[in-house]
Amino acid sequence: MKSTLIIPTRRQLFMGFFGIGLSGFGGVLPLAHRMLVQQRRWLDEEEFTELLGLGQILPGPNIVNMSIAIGARFHGVAGAWLAVAGLMLAPLVIVLSMAMLYDHYQALPHVQGALHGLASSAAGLLLAMALRMGQKIERHLLAWLLAALTFITVGVLRWPLLLVLLVLAPVSVLLARRRLQAREQA
Amino acid sequence: MMLLLSLFSRFALFSLMAVGGGITLIPEMHLYVVENHHWMSGQEFASLFAIAQAAPGPNVLVVSLIGWKVAGLAGALTTTVGMCGPSSVLSYYVARLWARFHDSPWRRAIERGLAPLTIGLVSGSAMLMSVAANQHVSGWLLCAASALLAWRTRLNPLWLLGGGAVLGLMGWI
Repeated sequence: MKSTLIIPTRRQLFMGFFGIGLSGFGGVLPLAHRMLVQQRRWLDEEEFTELLGLGQILPGPNIVNMSIAIGARFHGVAGAWLAVAGLMLAPLVIVLSMAMLYDHYQALPHVQGALHGLASSAAGLLLAMALRMGQKIERHLLAWLLAALTFITVGVLRWPLLLVLLVLAPVSVLLARRRLQAREQA
Repeated sequence: MMLLLSLFSRFALFSLMAVGGGITLIPEMHLYVVENHHWMSGQEFASLFAIAQAAPGPNVLVVSLIGWKVAGLAGALTTTVGMCGPSSVLSYYVARLWARFHDSPWRRAIERGLAPLTIGLVSGSAMLMSVAANQHVSGWLLCAASALLAWRTRLNPLWLLGGGAVLGLMGWI
């Protein structure tokens, strides 16, 4: 299988991520998978999962982390730059143009109305994302407890995120490690 | 210039705190730009988030819009580079060592340990954005309907955003 994979040139790397950036609405991951694995065959299924795991485990925007790792894998530092530039360039220009239009026309009642509707729907999409993630949470009381604790401290009590993470992240990882060990011994 | 520097340093710190992606930072960014510095209202914050969702590309672009709102084009570039820079450098170096960690038990422990925190943060983001965006009962209804459709069906989210905008345009929200 490995032999059928294609190593992109620098130009292809840039153009590939340019395409991913332009066509993904409301998150680009599903699209990235289709393009990288099925269409262009730069990665096989296993490598994609591997790099996705890396993008998710590290802090920062997942897809940006992933494009850095993929670009670096094929063309080192230059590849990382090309991939992330390709990914961000067009969406950045588009979103800033939209923001300028918004600034210019936001006083119009119709535009305000449309934005209220848009904002309510966008908030709904975020709720759906939370629900989907909640469905996939580990079936363990501790996992639920830690999710609730994070939600309450950051979302309700409005404590600084850094403080919450410095305490909860190590605790949560250590507890997960103990659960995994207990399972191995059982 | 001082403003850009403080924006950059704050978003560079955010970059390293974004456990599970840019969306998890919504509560913290809201705290920073709306509650502490009053650079925009909660409603404006919700509008920027909505515009970023309606645009193609990664969700993290909401960061560029926040920077733009605070300090124009220079602000947008500052927050975007701040948000992507530190985590990208980290990714570059960790990616090269990643294969070595393949069988490390810590890797799975970190994945599992961070997941509940990510869920808590995304839920917090969803709650905050809902409160900021929905001003009337009609807004809450639209929000709930969008959530339900996005959760239970495979409908393209663009339809939901477009539908919401049209309902709003007609003055129903």
